[in-house]
This record gives sequence, structure tokens and C-alpha cells, in this order.
Amino acid sequence: MTDLPASKVDLKGVLSTPARVDNSEGMSYLQSVPRRMVTLYLPLAIIVIVLLFPFYWMALTSVKPDEQLLDLDKYNPFWTWNPTFKHFHKLLFESYYPHWLWNTMYVAVCATVLSIIASVLAAYAIVRLRYKGANLVGGLIFLAYLVPPSILFIPLATVVFQYGLFDSPLALILTYPTILIPFSTWLLMGYFKTIPFELEECALIDGASRWQILIKIVLPLAIPGLISAFIFCFTLCWNEFIYALTFLQSTSNKTVPVAIVNEFVDGDIYRWGSLMAGALAGSLPLVILYAFFVEHYVSAMTGAVKE
Amino acid sequence: MADVAIPRAKPQMSEDSAWTQLKHNRNWLGFWFMVPAMAFLIFFLAYPLGLGIWLSFTDTRIGRVGHFIATENYEWLWDDSIFWLSVFNTLLYTFVASALKFAIGLYLALLLNENMPFKAMLRAMVLIPFIVPTVLSALAFWWIFDSQFSIISWSLKHLGLISQNINFLGDTTWARICVIFANIWRGVPFVAITLLAGLQTVSPSLYEAATLDGATRWQNFRYITYPLLTPIIAVVMTFSVLFTFTDFQLIWAMTRGGPVNATHLMATLSYQRAIIAGQLGEGAAISSAMIPFLLAAIMVSWFGLQRRKWQQGESND
Repeated sequence: MTDLPASKVDLKGVLSTPARVDNSEGMSYLQSVPRRMVTLYLPLAIIVIVLLFPFYWMALTSVKPDEQLLDLDKYNPFWTWNPTFKHFHKLLFESYYPHWLWNTMYVAVCATVLSIIASVLAAYAIVRLRYKGANLVGGLIFLAYLVPPSILFIPLATVVFQYGLFDSPLALILTYPTILIPFSTWLLMGYFKTIPFELEECALIDGASRWQILIKIVLPLAIPGLISAFIFCFTLCWNEFIYALTFLQSTSNKTVPVAIVNEFVDGDIYRWGSLMAGALAGSLPLVILYAFFVEHYVSAMTGAVKE
Repeated sequence: MADVAIPRAKPQMSEDSAWTQLKHNRNWLGFWFMVPAMAFLIFFLAYPLGLGIWLSFTDTRIGRVGHFIATENYEWLWDDSIFWLSVFNTLLYTFVASALKFAIGLYLALLLNENMPFKAMLRAMVLIPFIVPTVLSALAFWWIFDSQFSIISWSLKHLGLISQNINFLGDTTWARICVIFANIWRGVPFVAITLLAGLQTVSPSLYEAATLDGATRWQNFRYITYPLLTPIIAVVMTFSVLFTFTDFQLIWAMTRGGPVNATHLMATLSYQRAIIAGQLGEGAAISSAMIPFLLAAIMVSWFGLQRRKWQQGESND
């Protein structure tokens, strides 16, 4: 039953892929090159420039010497001929920055791993064990996805305080999964659904337990989904702000986003260089990760919405 | 001996089979598989959600257990002009930002769906604003919108359009425009890429047939693209509205609610009242006041999903 539609889709894909290339060329020859220039390339260029300009500006500011930052008339503000790594040096050797980076990484990895384990089990149970009420639980998990941190942080702060977790990374490691589990469960459910039942039936007949099936059959087949979920969760953790702002207090425990906003923003007129260096250094790990896994990232983003 | 062995073996066997039965019982297994996820969601999501509503009916402060004071917090907020200003700001912010995000996102998705060189690279680049932590890009905007050294003011001055620096984040109207712009900037990639995924499922032969029948580009969009995209638009926009409505970090990094509370959203106001001023009860009342709006958004999503199911056929689950 699950095979038939899948093979149909494949067939259609195979048939239409070469045809589609022809089609789109066939349609686009209706447009002349100048017309395409105005209706396609120009607006696209404007949007892409606007989307990327802040990063260019961030990077440029972080390597500009201080006097060029504040004197816009003597130097061309859009470029610098004598870049300096002074701001990065200050960041790495005169502040807690490496510490914050480590905290963020530690919290993000732990919370992500915890959530992935929990959601693999939950997603498998919902999709394949189909226990009583599985659909209802699936719906509830989707609802949990829609509960935003902004309405939870006040009561969670009291909970965290009661459990004695205040100002420890554990507070974040335990609360982040509430954001991550609904999302990754939903995503993995979609992946598990695509794995044919027959494989599991064979394994069951051969005497495998459910646990063995999950570990040895389902998970290896769902690796792309796991990577997608992992990367997306990691990014969400890195991006999370309000819990980290509320639950952490001491300077050395903070995560990068919170620390930059709270510790770097002082009255110093020359703060911009190091502020932007901090923002750039905090974004780079994610951008690099993203560059390697674009496809997985996109499928995570669209998968959760499509499902 | 054989007589003794058989009755001994029997209970063992039935015990074994009870255990194996349990091991293969879906409900029992399902329960254990759900335990980790459910533990997190109950202790750190459902319980705090209820606790938050309860806190909003008490006068709890940081370091002091509160007493039940019924709806006093809400009555207090009802007469609080800053609260109403934050509600107005939130609605304005959500409405304007979501509408523009949708318009620009859809337009960008349509552009990216065309055939062109470096397609994959362009798509990857477009998504970068969504990857970078919001706070960090908000700081970049803070610097771009600086009152003295803003690159925008500088460029406009050199183009001869203005003579004075624009006080972007110091003027109430400009501050609102700036935070909304930053929010749109961050949200457009998400909308565009998800809608693009929807667009790619639309068969090109539909456009071909319509074009042969003499449809214009607008008619192609209006009668083919838009109806086929409606379900995914419903879901994407629900998420977008939800996350814009409850936005916190962008505002906190750029303006902290200033100037004169002009950019205070409900989330930032509740943080200020609850954590900075220590009035947990009042803060909880503000964040609980967001729940009706969220429910409305969820209803929209629900009906969007229903419609999608109806389009695909109910059995296709």
C-alpha cells in the first residue's frame, strides 16, 4: 500500500524531470532578455543585497580600525584598506568570549541530543506502534510547538528556581527540549512514515524486538531526517534568547547572544568594533554548519511546515 | 520426574508469555517510548503553562510567595495605558510585519522559482538571515541605525536627500519602522523558502496549458499558483504571525521597548514588569493576555490544515 504511491511518484519524477527543463525553457523564451533583466534579475539583486548587507557591514565593522569607524568623512565607509584584528584579539583574550562560546556550544549540543533521543522514541511510537490515542498525542505535540517561550519564561523561572537550577547551564539544557521536541518529533514522524512497513514486518518475523527494529532498521534509514533535525535544533538552541536571559545570571555562565547584549553594550563610543566582532564570531559557527548541510536544513524547515 | 517437571514448567511458561505479551503490547510499549518526550513536555511546558495562568491571579514577586488576588492584576492592567500601548504596538508590529513578509516572501519565492544560473547558491544565500541568531543580526541593525554613525544617514546625506542625520531609534515613528524592517528582514527568507518548496510541487504543464489558452502572467498566478499554494500559505503565515506576535529578542536587542515605550511589545513589557521590576504576577498577567491571540492563530492554522486534507483526500494519511 505504501509502495504503490511511492513508485508512482518516482515514475512521475523520472518522466517529468527532463521534460521540466524543456518546459521552463519553452516558457521563458517568451520573455526577452531585457525584460527578464527588469522583472527577474533586478528585483532579485535588490532583495539579495538588502538581505546580505547587514552581514557585510558586520564583517567590515569588525575589522575596521577605530578611527575609521567614527570618521565617515575622511575614509570611505564602505571599504577599508588597513584591516585590523584588534577587535577579535580583544574578544578572545580580554573577555569571557571563549567561555561564552563554549557555554553556548555545550548547552546546544546537550539539549539537542536529549531532544533528538526523546523525539526519535516518541515519533516512532506515534507512527509505528500506533498505540491507543497516538493520533491525539501527535496533535498535542503539534500544539506544543505553537506555545511560544515568551509566555512560558515567567512561570519557568519560578520552576527553575524551585528545582535549584537557577544560573546553571542545566536550566537551559532541560528547558530547551520543550522548544525542540515538538518540532523534531513532527519532522521525524514524517521521515518514519516514508519507511516501508514491509521491512519492519520482515524483521518482526525474524524475531527482532521493537527496540532492535528501531536501532537497526528505522534509524539507519532515517539518517537524513536525523541530520536535518539535529541541525535545525542546534540552530534553534544557538538562537534562543529569552530563557538564557532569564535563567542565567553570572557573567561566566552566559551564552553568546545574552552575553553580547548584556556585557558588551557599555557606554564606550569605541564599542562597535568589538560588538560586531562578537556578533560575527557568534554567527560564523552556524553559517559554516549551514554551508555544509544546506539541503538538510531546507528540508527540515519545509518538512515541518508541510507535514 | 517428568510428572514433577511439567507442573513446574507450566507457570514459568505462562509467566514468560505474559512478559512477552507485555513486550509486544503496543500500548504498553508505546507508553515507555513516549516517557522521555512526555516528561519534558509535561514538566517544562504544560505545568508552567498552567502555573503561568495561576501566577497571573496572584501577587507573587521575586523572592516572595504570592496570594490569590483574583483578577486584580487584570483590572490593574485594564487601566494601564502602557499596557494598552504595548497591545497596540504588538498588533501593529504583527500585522504590518506579517503582511509585508508574506508579500515580499511570495514575490521572492516566485523569483527564485525561475530558471537562472547559480540558482542553488542564490537560494542558500537567501536563507542566511534566518540562520544567524536574531540577537546578533539585531545588533548589526542597531549599528546600522545608529543615531550618529548610521551608514544609511551617511548615504542619504551624500545623495543629497537629507541634511540632518535621522535619529532612527530615538524617534517613535522611526523606531517602529526600524524594528518592523528588521523583523521583515529576518522573516522573509523563511516565508520565501517554504513557499518555494510549495511552488516546486506545482506542475509546469498547468502553466503551459493556461498560457496556450491565452492566460496572462497575472492570471497564471491568480488561478493556478495561488489556489494550489493556499494550504501551505495558511500554515506558514500562522507560524509567522505566531512568532512575530510573541517576538522578544529583536526588540530587546535593538530598543528595549524605547523610545517612550513606542516599541514595547507584550512580551518585552512582561519581561520588564516580571523580571526587572520583580512583579511576577503582573508579568504573568501580561503574558497570559497573549493566549487568546495565540488561540486565534492556532484556529486559523487548524482550518488551513483541514482544508489541505480535504484537497488531498482524507484517506491520504
